[in-house]
Amino acid sequence: MRRTMAKAAFHTALNLLFFAVIGTGLLALTYKMTHDTIAISEENEKLKLISQIAPTYTYDNKIMQDTVRVAADELLGTDEATIIYRGRMHGKASIAVLQAVAPDGYGGKIILIIAIHANEKIGGVRVVSHKETPGLGDYIEIAKDGWIDIFKGASLQSIIEKDWKVRKDGGTFEYRAGATITPRAVLKAVRKVLQYFALHQEELFAEVPLAFLEKAGQAKIKGAI
Amino acid sequence: MTSQEMKEIIQNGFWTQNTGLVQLLGLCPLLAISNSVVNALSLGLATTLVMTLSGGTVAAIREIIPNEARIPVYVLLIAVLVTIVQLLINAYAYPLYVVLGVFLPLITTNCIVLARAEAFASQNGIRASVLDGLAMGMGLTAVLTLLGGIREIFGHGTLLSGFDLVFGDAAKSLVITVIPNYHGFLIAVLPPGAFIALGLLIAFKNWVNLRTEKRVRTKAMQSAMQAV
Repeated sequence: MRRTMAKAAFHTALNLLFFAVIGTGLLALTYKMTHDTIAISEENEKLKLISQIAPTYTYDNKIMQDTVRVAADELLGTDEATIIYRGRMHGKASIAVLQAVAPDGYGGKIILIIAIHANEKIGGVRVVSHKETPGLGDYIEIAKDGWIDIFKGASLQSIIEKDWKVRKDGGTFEYRAGATITPRAVLKAVRKVLQYFALHQEELFAEVPLAFLEKAGQAKIKGAI
Repeated sequence: MTSQEMKEIIQNGFWTQNTGLVQLLGLCPLLAISNSVVNALSLGLATTLVMTLSGGTVAAIREIIPNEARIPVYVLLIAVLVTIVQLLINAYAYPLYVVLGVFLPLITTNCIVLARAEAFASQNGIRASVLDGLAMGMGLTAVLTLLGGIREIFGHGTLLSGFDLVFGDAAKSLVITVIPNYHGFLIAVLPPGAFIALGLLIAFKNWVNLRTEKRVRTKAMQSAMQAV
């Protein structure tokens, strides 16, 4: 009796193993087949997003390859290292694409990418991911609304600190009725990134990375766009 | 498989045993993603694909799986199929992948897929099981899309918005503004709106069923009276 039970259990285990092996094989095969296509479409998607805020005429280098890895920073709102893309024109720094986090959105973190020209003016801002209320706070997404383009051309010089607020708080920035916590969070984060850029511009574009930077190289970073 | 059986399977999927209205299985995606037509339709079709594949595969191997190991094997199979579908969509339909997001891998945990594997495919032939998966999936897709439409109209005042995200810019002209200058109705977009709309749909289905039943009964009565 015990013997037959052991036999049955063994048979079952063998069966499970058989299907696990077949399943794994199938998955490995599909993964291998699709891996390159997926990598290309993700790269394209990233490039598309970046080209919306850093138009291709602003740089002549390979912006996706000219990257630098920066440590987490309070001004960026990040809690892990991120990658910065650097655009150069005739070898001179022209535009940088930074990643930042607005930690105080209505639904938590809002992840942004921000392009800043070498003259410290904003090229554009895009939301990479967020959990704001659908239909209320999600107008920060370019797919839903053009609101996010209000940052285009803004700089620390052109809009002083007390005006860097939504209209409701006495500032100059428009917002859509129904959600003010969301644009407040984005506004705050964008201003901080401008401050970060003003502080570190030279180091960010340096060919030889300084102490707080490390060259990204081939390193893949979790959470990078 | 006779045509009568085929008809029955299709009827079960769309009406008698509809997963969204009668079996009430797999409600997690139903409630979460049915806030617009495009989301609902996309997830519905992806689920249908997985159910069709899993129905066929389970039916094909049902003879060689020992009875006591069948559930883990089904789960394994479904997980493999979902991951393959996810990889394929990621590679060849990237915009759709972005729209579906985390709900695509979550099809694995949708109990309706396992339920059909256990209740139907493990006892029927390959062709019948494929048809069952297809019919059940399409039935779910229909309910999801209907829910998505209702919630989109009440929540945003539009229909078919966001189709361009999946089908390219050409689909932008498809957007129908049902109620112009609509300020939105948040509860319809949030999960409670899904519960309310689903409740109304189920009530409607039951009402239709009751009416047909009543009509059949009165007809039978009438003919009985005539006979007397």
